[in-house]
Parts: sequence; structure tokens; C-alpha cells
Amino acid sequence: MYWGSLSEFLEMGGYGLYVWTSFIITALCMVWEILALWRRRAAAIAESRGIVRDIG
Amino acid sequence: MIPWFGTVAALAIAVGLYIGLLVAPTDFQQGEAYRIIFVHVPAAWMSMFLYVVMAVWAAVGLGLNARLSFMMTQAIAPTGAMFTFLALLTGAMWGKPTWGAWWVWDARLTSELILLFQYAGVMLLRTSIDDQRRADRASGVCALVGVVNIPIIYFSVQWWNTLHQGASVSMTAAPKMATVMLTGMLLMTFGFWMYSLAVILSRARCVILERESLQLWSKPSSVAEVAGVR
Amino acid sequence: MSRPGLWETLRGIIWRDVLLAIRRRSDVAISVLFLVIVASLFPLGVGPEPAVLRTIAAGVLWVAALLACLLSLGRVFTADYLDGVLEQMLLIPQPLPVLVAGKVFAHWVVSGLPVVLLSPLLGLQFGLEGEALGMLVLSLLLGTPTLSMIGSIGAALVLGVRGSGLLVALLVLPLYVPVLIFGAGAVTSSMAGIGGEANLSLLGACLVLSVFFAPWATASALRIALE
Repeated sequence: MYWGSLSEFLEMGGYGLYVWTSFIITALCMVWEILALWRRRAAAIAESRGIVRDIG
Repeated sequence: MIPWFGTVAALAIAVGLYIGLLVAPTDFQQGEAYRIIFVHVPAAWMSMFLYVVMAVWAAVGLGLNARLSFMMTQAIAPTGAMFTFLALLTGAMWGKPTWGAWWVWDARLTSELILLFQYAGVMLLRTSIDDQRRADRASGVCALVGVVNIPIIYFSVQWWNTLHQGASVSMTAAPKMATVMLTGMLLMTFGFWMYSLAVILSRARCVILERESLQLWSKPSSVAEVAGVR
Repeated sequence: MSRPGLWETLRGIIWRDVLLAIRRRSDVAISVLFLVIVASLFPLGVGPEPAVLRTIAAGVLWVAALLACLLSLGRVFTADYLDGVLEQMLLIPQPLPVLVAGKVFAHWVVSGLPVVLLSPLLGLQFGLEGEALGMLVLSLLLGTPTLSMIGSIGAALVLGVRGSGLLVALLVLPLYVPVLIFGAGAVTSSMAGIGGEANLSLLGACLVLSVFFAPWATASALRIALE
């Protein structure tokens, strides 16, 4: 383990703002993409089920 | 397949983060700011790699007239654009403390920005053409033409004397960075790669479903078939 | 009646397009006028300081020329697409990329060449002189055909698509960037006394590459648009 304490870890030698913003935004983008995909998939499945029920 | 890739991605990213944030020592030149490398470099690699993969699918689709490969190009583009955006954003976060500026007009940054516009162009061209077949083929040609930018991005740090540092890893020379850092970075890259596979494959499934529904609306006779399959 | 050969067909296509453009002079005039207006806006916006104007001259004039070229891209195929001539052209039993190259060349003659011919005048407005002025003309002469070639791919891709004007800008502008960099770089470096030859040869390379590859891409894009 490289860090002495938690606050040291969060500070990142004075660069905390930059480092943590990068990591957090990356994580947010990925989570958002997964959620969006999940919703899209649900919508697509509902749509095709609906058509099959309506017409067939 | 998709959950499998997802699990591997989560594991690799978790271990990569552990190594990158907790184990790896500080860089004696750049201080702790260098830790951005663990997201910046994998995102930048993926942005270029995914574009090439997208263009290959487009070429296959145009050459063999295969609908499935166009669905793959459609599924890849958003993820590629997201990684391009992330590479630019984390690059800005890195540039501010080390160069003193969020953005500089150097060759690497500019060509990566152009890549973002290319992704946007491919996606917008697809959405603005109503005819499915034409949309597929036109955006495929567009993706293929844009491939010229990839070598420009990759070699920009060698061809021009830029502010952006040279490649940290190369296939031929011994790596210039410590093994711990390298391990962390490669693990993150592997994780991002697996993540892309999971996301792209599941988006491809959505695309297939959506197109199937669209076809059903226009061709009710095939309902029985599809209903039978499902 | 014997079938016309490739060369005659090509000459026919080029001559027809040039003739059409001459008959409809206002189209050509608009893009030239646009160039002049854009170039004249900058001294008004930045201020008439001669030293400042000279430093931005290369970039401003090149960007203006690039936008003028972009503005005229809609005319390469649209009219022929609407009246069905393009469909007939696809049926000509000659290699389509060559015919496309002819069409793009004709387009350059009526929209790119006027820009090149006008550029020394605009360069003088910005205080360029001597070698730099010559370099501006030379770089535009090498660069504008490349712009037309690359632009034709975009123009063919968005043929008949809604919102095509903005879309073509998004598709084509990223690919214009290298031409812009080398073109403006040639003028800037000749002003700095380094000589713009290196940038000129890069521009030449871009031109050769685009002449070689762009007609293929444009031809396949046209086939997609018309099938």
C-alpha cells in the first residue's frame, strides 16, 4: 500500500481535484451508458412484444 | 456471453484501479497527477481501436452486403464516441496541472477532436437518412473514409514536435515506465475492452430487435414466423 | 453511330457542367462574393492594425476559401440528382469514378478557380506582398482541388437527405483540416522566411491522394444514393 492515510489519498498530492474528476466522470459515463442501454433494451422488447400481440 | 464479458470487465477494472490508485508509486516528474493515465490512455486507445473495428465492419458490410455487420457499426459508434470524449476530457484534466492549460492546439489533441466529429458525423448521417439500407451503406462509406485520421492520430506525436508526450508503451522498445504502472494501465485497458464488448454486443441486440419490430410494422405477414421463433 | 469513347464522354461531362455554370452566373458569383465578404469582415472585427492583419492573413483567407468551397458543395450533384441526369450518368458504360472525377473537376473550375484567381487581391487587402502573396495563390491552387475532391464524397453521401447542408459540413470539415493546416502553414512559413516548400509538397501529396481515392468513394456513395 502506497498511501499513509485516507486524506492523503483523497488529496492526491494537491492534484485531487483533477484526478478524482477524471475518474468520477469516466465512471459516470460508463454507468450512464449501461443504464441507457438497459432502458433501450426494455423498450425494444416491449415494442416487439406489443406488435406481435397486436397483429398476430 | 454478455454477462461474462461484463464480469471480466468489472474484475479487470477493479484490480486495475486498485493497482493504479493504491499500489503504484508516485511519478517523480509529474507527481500524483499522472494517475489520470489509468483512465486517459485506455480511453484514448479504445477510441481509436473502436473506430478501426467499426470501419472494418462497415467494409465487410459494403463488400459482402451483410446486414448484420452494419448493425455492428451502428452498435459500436456511440461507445467509440464516448471513449473519444473521455480521452479528451481526461486529457484536459491532465493538461491543466502539467502544461498549465486545459487545451492546446497540438496535433495529437486536434486529431483526437476530429475523431469525435467523425463519430458524430457517422451517427448523424445514419439518423438523417430514412431508408434503412441507404442509411447503413452511406454511413459505412463515411466511416471508411474517416479511417485516414487514425494513423494521423497515432503517429502525430512522432511526425510533429508536439507538447503531448510520446507513446509510453511500444511493442518494440522496452517500456519506459515502471512495471507496476504498466500492469495497472494494461489491466485498465483490458477492462475497458471487455466493457466495450459487453456494451456493444448488448446494443447490437437492441438494434436487431428494433429493426425487427420496424419490419413487422411494414410486413405483417412475417409475424407468424417471428412469433414462432420467439 | 459509334459509341463515344471515355475521353469524349469525360470532355462532354466537363463541358456541359462548365457551360451550365456559365449560363447561371449568379451561382458562381454567390460563392465568390461570400469569400470577399467573409475576408472583409475580419479587418472590421479585429481592427485595421496592419501588423495584426498580416499575421492572421494566411489563416483567415484559407478559412474563407474553405467555407466558400463548402458553400458550393451542394451544387455538385443536387441539380442533376433532381432532374434525373445523375441516374443517366450512372448508366453510361464507362467507369463511374472517372466520370465523377470529371464532374468534380468541372465543379472546381467554376467554384475553386475563381477563389484562387481572386486571392491575390484579398491578400493585398491584408497586407501580404511578394513571395507570401505568390505562396498564397500557389497553396490555394494546390489545395482547392483537394477540397473539391474530398467535398464531393460528402456531397454524394447526403444527396437528397433532409438538412443536408449542415450535415455535409459536419462530414467534410474534419477531413478538410489537414489541407487547411498545410495551406495556411505554407503562407505563414514563407512569411517567416523559412520557405513554404515543405508544406506545398504535403499539399501536393494530399491532392494526389484525394484525386486517386475520392472519386471511388464518391462513385460508391452515388450508387448508394440512387439505388
